[in-house]
Amino acid sequence: MSALNELSFRDVSVRFGGRRRGVTAVDRVDLTVPAGTVVGLVGESGSGKSTLARAAVGLAPLAGGEVLLDGRPLPRTPGRHGVQMVFQDPYSSLDPRMTVGASIAEAAPRGENTTAEVARLLDLVELAPERAAQYPAQLSGGQRQRVALARALAARPDVIIADEITSALDVSIQGTVLNLVRELQRRLSLSMLFISHNLAVVRYVSDLLAVMYLGRIVECGPVDDVLGDPQHPYTRQLVASAPRPGGIPTVLTGAEAALDTAEPADPHHPPPGCRFHPRCPVGPLVLPGRDDCRDTEPDGSRRRHQAACHYAAHASEQHNTRSTP
Amino acid sequence: MPRLRTPLGVTAAALLALVVVTAVLAPVLWGDRAEAVDTAHILEGPSSAHWAGTDALGRDIVFRVLVATRLSVLLALLSTALGVLTGLLLGAAPLLVGARVGRLVTAGVNIAVAFPGLLLALSFAVVFGVGAMGAVLAIGFAIAPAFARLTGNLVASVAERDYIAAARIAGVGRFRVLVRHVLPNIGEPLVVNATVAAGGSLLAFAGLSFLGLGVQSPSYDWGRLLGEGLNSLYVHPLAALLPGVAVVLAGLAFNLTGEAVARGIGQTTPLFVAVRRRPPRTAAPTPSEEDAVLAVEGLRVGFPGVTPVRGVSLTVRRGEAVGVVGESGSGKSLTALAIAQLIEPPGEVSADRLEFAGEDLRHGPTRAQNRVLGTSLAMVFQDPMTSFNPTQRIGRQLAEVAEQHQGLSRRRALDRAVDRLRAVRLPAPQRRARQFPHEFSGGMRQRAMIAMGLMGTPALIIADEPTTALDVTVQRQVLALLADVRATTGAALMLISHDITVVGQVCQRVLVMYAGRVVEDIGTTELATKARHPYTRALLAAVPHLRTDRDLPLTVIPGRPADPGDMPAGCAFAPRCGFADDLCRTEDPPLAGGVACWHAANLTVAGA
Repeated sequence: MSALNELSFRDVSVRFGGRRRGVTAVDRVDLTVPAGTVVGLVGESGSGKSTLARAAVGLAPLAGGEVLLDGRPLPRTPGRHGVQMVFQDPYSSLDPRMTVGASIAEAAPRGENTTAEVARLLDLVELAPERAAQYPAQLSGGQRQRVALARALAARPDVIIADEITSALDVSIQGTVLNLVRELQRRLSLSMLFISHNLAVVRYVSDLLAVMYLGRIVECGPVDDVLGDPQHPYTRQLVASAPRPGGIPTVLTGAEAALDTAEPADPHHPPPGCRFHPRCPVGPLVLPGRDDCRDTEPDGSRRRHQAACHYAAHASEQHNTRSTP
Repeated sequence: MPRLRTPLGVTAAALLALVVVTAVLAPVLWGDRAEAVDTAHILEGPSSAHWAGTDALGRDIVFRVLVATRLSVLLALLSTALGVLTGLLLGAAPLLVGARVGRLVTAGVNIAVAFPGLLLALSFAVVFGVGAMGAVLAIGFAIAPAFARLTGNLVASVAERDYIAAARIAGVGRFRVLVRHVLPNIGEPLVVNATVAAGGSLLAFAGLSFLGLGVQSPSYDWGRLLGEGLNSLYVHPLAALLPGVAVVLAGLAFNLTGEAVARGIGQTTPLFVAVRRRPPRTAAPTPSEEDAVLAVEGLRVGFPGVTPVRGVSLTVRRGEAVGVVGESGSGKSLTALAIAQLIEPPGEVSADRLEFAGEDLRHGPTRAQNRVLGTSLAMVFQDPMTSFNPTQRIGRQLAEVAEQHQGLSRRRALDRAVDRLRAVRLPAPQRRARQFPHEFSGGMRQRAMIAMGLMGTPALIIADEPTTALDVTVQRQVLALLADVRATTGAALMLISHDITVVGQVCQRVLVMYAGRVVEDIGTTELATKARHPYTRALLAAVPHLRTDRDLPLTVIPGRPADPGDMPAGCAFAPRCGFADDLCRTEDPPLAGGVACWHAANLTVAGA
């Protein structure tokens, strides 16, 4: 299963609902998961990261663009093709009425020695083969997530999409699952799209990092570059908000406080121009004269690690002169 | 089926067995006697030869009723089967043929459901022709829409589950998904409803036959016998009564079975267990600290069979911010609920001491204490959507607190609500107060929840995972707000979280809970360097942060969290602890000097 496969999203849009009152959950997203690497995807809830994942496996309808696996478009209906997904909640992603073995075997290609294959996969995720006869209710959350991982691997995928796979787990369990994911990814040289809202978790497993805001990728680049020197003001806000030991959350004042408590943008009516401008600390609401943020959408592709901000370079200067939290 | 051994279940089973045995045996045993024409004894009353008399051709009515059981039950089951199968297919249509066509089918079903069933059956009987077959089709199709709707709803509830999505990604076909994943998970309510529907169709069939639209002569079922008997109702009523009784009994058998099965499925926990408040074990608790707003000693919370909180002791001083950290099942939330007097039966709370703002709450709050709780204790829950009434405006809900506990007028209470919403820095509080909870984002709802706590003058704010459902940027805002509120009102804060870094940001002191006990009580600044309990240290090491070394595997805690139903004899953490020895496995260490570990002293040296 030496997968050297590249997953790429080309101009992908996903819309839900009718023409007038619908929501564009994913808006013209370009994103590439290079062969054998892990791309982390972060963003707040409602930013469209899970929808993008579901679009890749055919669970969400594409309104535009295409999802390519090694340059070939993926079918738009779900099925056993190349891309497999591990879900957030291991309590709802396994059929409670089916044994662990049956769940895994179902995903494996037909006509194989299923018992041996199930045992091999269970071994791969560090579970005893006897577990095959058990039901999900007999397993802990971490063990269930391992089973879900084994089921995804059973279909011999080229790319795995992990959608918040540790956020339903206890912190003491989270570590074992993350270690396993990293270990498997390296051993099988899988390509992986790793989605999480937890920056520290994403940083730990990913090579590249993409930041999503209101259906668009606002910044994308090598994980250390993006986190070490974030260009987009939203990324900077994310990094600053990540809880760190001993850090005390600061109470902002003045214009920034107003922005801080500003209502999150409504995906039904995304703001014109740069979508982040109503909450942007270096945007038109704080600094006069930056009207282009209101009417022109920034193009991230020309900037350093692709930050979709008109003032990405200025922003970091601005940031440095301010007292850092 | 589970739990059929109730009086209801036994009655239902006995009745059903009687009906089935009669249906099988009666035609064999008494078929000839039921058909025997005896022109000498036409339309006779009860006699020793004919217990219920005879009909217009002198045939024995008792035997005819008994023999008719087979046809009546068979036709009823046949029409039920037809109805259930059609209903299943129609209901599962969205899954089988795709969303678009499925939506059309569902719309059709919804229209059909609005049609009265009997009217549908009558018109079908006309369409399909008069006779048993027509009646089966008619009743079957009359049952179908309701069943289709039920199936549709159940399928919809399961179809969104991730395991269905996972199966589809894995290439499992639609029909297989239906049979393997959907039906087994919605089977129970369907079986119950099918059983009840069988009783209903038995009745409907009797009705159609009675009207002459069902079974035709020379065949006979109960409905026909009822119709024939009715002609001579005044001469000898038994001829009409007996088939009627048979219909009622058989119908009851089906319906009661359905009921019994439904109860067996639905009822898994005993409903009524009296709440007992155990008398405190020690007579005189140690005198409370002068400035303690909350003093808890030996708090235990138990449910039938398990005791998830096993003797928690903690103190919160005025204005202090204390964090409570633990994994799911550690008892941290139950501790908070017990303090707020929110444990419902069959839960059971006992404590050696449970004092809030100087009031002893061990025996349940009195009216006066309820008022103290209402104004001085604020609770913020994880999911504010479920803590607000979705049908009431936010401002109204906040105002209610002040009306209830402080006796403010409606007008003034609402003004205060707006003022409090402003205090939690909610933009446009006037307008927001008039909105409903669903118009708020998660972070705003959490602010509103905090504002609700501020309607009184809280001495303590208990926040149970207040930011778990929120995004990091919003999380920071809410944490900053809580810190701000504490600074401005002087209220103490008890912040419960699974995330030790979150707690470390806001609190001065952290209580680490494991398996229903506080295992360590430590200042936040000392957390990183001076933690002594092995669990605390493991927890700190297991959480990745933005400076974690990515080349090393994450530190993990082996094993799984302790099961409250199966506690080890000694220290609950011993099975997962690298330092555990025989002492740890047999004796539970007490919380002494801020840590509950036999080896705490040695570990500090080793760790330093």
